[in-house]
Amino acid sequence: MNAPALTQMDRRGFLKLATVAGGGFVLGSFVRADTPAGLPTESVEKAGDLFAPNVFLRIASNGAVTIVSARPEVGQGIKTSLPMVVAEELGVDWKDVTVVSGPLDPSFGPQFAGGSVSTPMSYGEMRKMGATARTMLLEAAAQTWSVPASECVAQLGAVRHTPTGRILKYGDLVGKASTLAIPDPGSVVLKDPNSFSLLGTRVGGVDNLKVVTGQALFGIDQKRPSMVYAVYVKSPVWGARALSANVDHVKTLPGVRDAFIVDRTVPAGQITGLVPGVAIIADSTWSAFSARTELKVTWEAGAFPSSSWEGFAGQAREIAAAGADAPKVKETRRDGDIDQAFAAAAKVIEANYSYPFISHANLEPQNCLVEVVGDRADIWAPTQNPSGAQKIAAEVLGVPADHVHVTITRIGGGFGRRLDSDPVAECAALAQKTGLPVKLLWNRTDDLQHDHYRPGGFHFLKGAVDAQGKLSAWRSHHVSFGSNMGADDYPARFVPNYLLLNSSLENGVPQGPWRAPGSNTYAWVTGCFLDELAHAASKDPVEFNLALLGDKDLVSDPGTTGRAYNASRMRNVVRLVAEKAGWGRPMPKGSGMGLGYYFSHQGYIAEVAEVTVSPKGDLRVDRVVAVVDVGSQIVNLSGAENQVQGSIIDGLNAAWRQELDIREGHVVQANFDEYTMLRIPDAPRKIEIHFAKTNYPPTGLGEPALPPLAPAVFNAIFAATGKRVRQLPLSRTDLSWS
Amino acid sequence: MSKFNLLVNGQSHEVDVAPDTPLLWVLRDHLGLVGTKFGCGIGQCGACTIHLDGNPARGCLTPVAAAGASKITTIEGLSPDGTHPLQRAWCELDVAQCGYCQAGQIMSAAALLAQNPRPTDGDIDDAMAGNLCRCATYYRIRAGIHRASDLASSAAEVRK
Repeated sequence: MNAPALTQMDRRGFLKLATVAGGGFVLGSFVRADTPAGLPTESVEKAGDLFAPNVFLRIASNGAVTIVSARPEVGQGIKTSLPMVVAEELGVDWKDVTVVSGPLDPSFGPQFAGGSVSTPMSYGEMRKMGATARTMLLEAAAQTWSVPASECVAQLGAVRHTPTGRILKYGDLVGKASTLAIPDPGSVVLKDPNSFSLLGTRVGGVDNLKVVTGQALFGIDQKRPSMVYAVYVKSPVWGARALSANVDHVKTLPGVRDAFIVDRTVPAGQITGLVPGVAIIADSTWSAFSARTELKVTWEAGAFPSSSWEGFAGQAREIAAAGADAPKVKETRRDGDIDQAFAAAAKVIEANYSYPFISHANLEPQNCLVEVVGDRADIWAPTQNPSGAQKIAAEVLGVPADHVHVTITRIGGGFGRRLDSDPVAECAALAQKTGLPVKLLWNRTDDLQHDHYRPGGFHFLKGAVDAQGKLSAWRSHHVSFGSNMGADDYPARFVPNYLLLNSSLENGVPQGPWRAPGSNTYAWVTGCFLDELAHAASKDPVEFNLALLGDKDLVSDPGTTGRAYNASRMRNVVRLVAEKAGWGRPMPKGSGMGLGYYFSHQGYIAEVAEVTVSPKGDLRVDRVVAVVDVGSQIVNLSGAENQVQGSIIDGLNAAWRQELDIREGHVVQANFDEYTMLRIPDAPRKIEIHFAKTNYPPTGLGEPALPPLAPAVFNAIFAATGKRVRQLPLSRTDLSWS
Repeated sequence: MSKFNLLVNGQSHEVDVAPDTPLLWVLRDHLGLVGTKFGCGIGQCGACTIHLDGNPARGCLTPVAAAGASKITTIEGLSPDGTHPLQRAWCELDVAQCGYCQAGQIMSAAALLAQNPRPTDGDIDDAMAGNLCRCATYYRIRAGIHRASDLASSAAEVRK
């Protein structure tokens, strides 16, 4: 297991003590009065050895502080940042804290990692967890000294009686604190953020030393006694069943234990859980991989055997050409009088933008380890969604969900892919059939050809500016594959005459959330077309966009999501990024600056990219400046900067390099030689990050810094070369100039 | 199956595997050294980078039969206690995000620094272009290599 995770034994004692200490109290949803099913009820640790006022925290009499990280660590740094929040309120020295990973357990509350919501959902709760314990330790010291608690202060793992200077360490207060009633977490006094000494500083990841010494254990690294190794081969054409396979031959190959066809689909009719395929069970990974090269399968045709990207693109053009009243066109939003506005406009421009399906390409290929004994299953999975993994495994195995125990391992990249649990479903089916612990490992081709992809899309745009150079009309027709722009996606609500049409193509391509879903492409389309309109209006793009953002502070008039858009926060980051980047400074031909800005995942972020394009067309992104408003408090400055740096380079990676082709119902690319990604020589040399703190609750940073990057870079390329690139990936376009 | 004697991180091991088994899987499945990672199997991602006699090699493309008497070094053997300048720099600059590629990154960078203690950005580009980082921590990887170079040279100064 990754990190000193809690063992069942530890955790039983921990939960038991939480109960003993409080005598049957309930603290939020985080303390439970029972013990895990099937475990003995006698206490294994003497009350007083540990102070554990809730399931996230315990202090030992030697002063050691253990904080539980309950959410999956995918590289977003949550295993460091949320425990920092507990430690800050508790008032302990970070070097005295050990962070352990919690297994899936309802007492921890929500445990998924997705949507950049871990910080906004848990920041306040984690503060209360720490503050409750601090309040009780203060009370324990006050009672020990027979003084009012108000005369005591907590600092660096000790309580000090201010008038006399007496000090008691937390470890010495464990026994007394454990006898106190746990206060209502809503009533505890939180620290004044101005007094924070840990939050906002740069703290390295708690598992850094393990990572750099090869000791951090990911899903792929898990082992069980008697474990066997599996590969699971699915039809390249999604969802197709195996009609026959040469399993009898495969079974004779060296190291192979078994080979069989699986002909189930769970959940029925869906292609995102267990789908049909052929399993090979072997005594090592290489035996399984080698045997696979001799496997021959006859597949049925599949539901969409002739899907192709070319075909999709043609259908999209036809739908767009057919007009707003054609079948398959849905009017999602209409404001003002769009026809009248176009007729009265000073200038009207049209442009079509398109982008392909892309893969998550997690560097750790999908994998899982499942052990089934009787009606109990244990799962070790690199999952962003452990309760989803539990649910689908239970469905596959036909056991109640609470018989499925999930250990959340460290994860070699999430990006949304691991919110879906198809590898868990597959592994559960194989483990049940095999009767031994099974480790399932996808190879890179499985991973690229059976991903749940970021959908491609086509946007047909028409915009107008009036005689004053203001954006007066916006007509957008989005043709996609099931998920479309929402009625309040930017720039809806800011343009007086606005029409959004949506259409969806029949496809059969598995799709799923990819880092900043929707926003990761909508920001590019809208941000680039706004830049086109600024130039059409002969306006500076920063001024044009600030004018569009208007003078209202909060733009509500909600559409589908009902989320208000805080225009004043956005104007602030746009102004600041222009200032920090030195916007408007003259640059030689071949160099240019571009602006991108987008609101997503509760973050308001603006970025300016500075690029150089050689006459031969070689692109270099010299510098990116980001101004980030994610509220009042940066939790871990190092982690936050790392997320923004990574989002910027990842955004560049997706926009510049990544592309999947679809032919005859399947993805063409089979490995990283065909699915190319950005490498270190193309990473920007300079990235400057400024956090614009505002008086709003802290929000997450796993996603929102990614969307603004692509429009910033593409608008900079236009400034440098005069070339408008309206198709992703960028690598398809010749940028040479003379 | 054939028997092979391997010298891994200064220790000799005997394994009984098919001769075409890549070192990556011998290390991971047979010797329990799982710090070396699988990413693509065709030498494109660099997650399986190890050293053979000090030179970087892709574990996924090196059959066990080709290892011969080479000294094999994995991330677990780069230093006894995580104090190689790159390991220290990586912790100091908090380079990793998910961390999956970082063993391979560090092994490639260690081979670079052994050859070239003061690499330029261009040298780093050349030496590190074979290692993918899906979290795109390239900005800190670059800074980490420069920092390790500084740490190593100041240690060298002290030794003088």
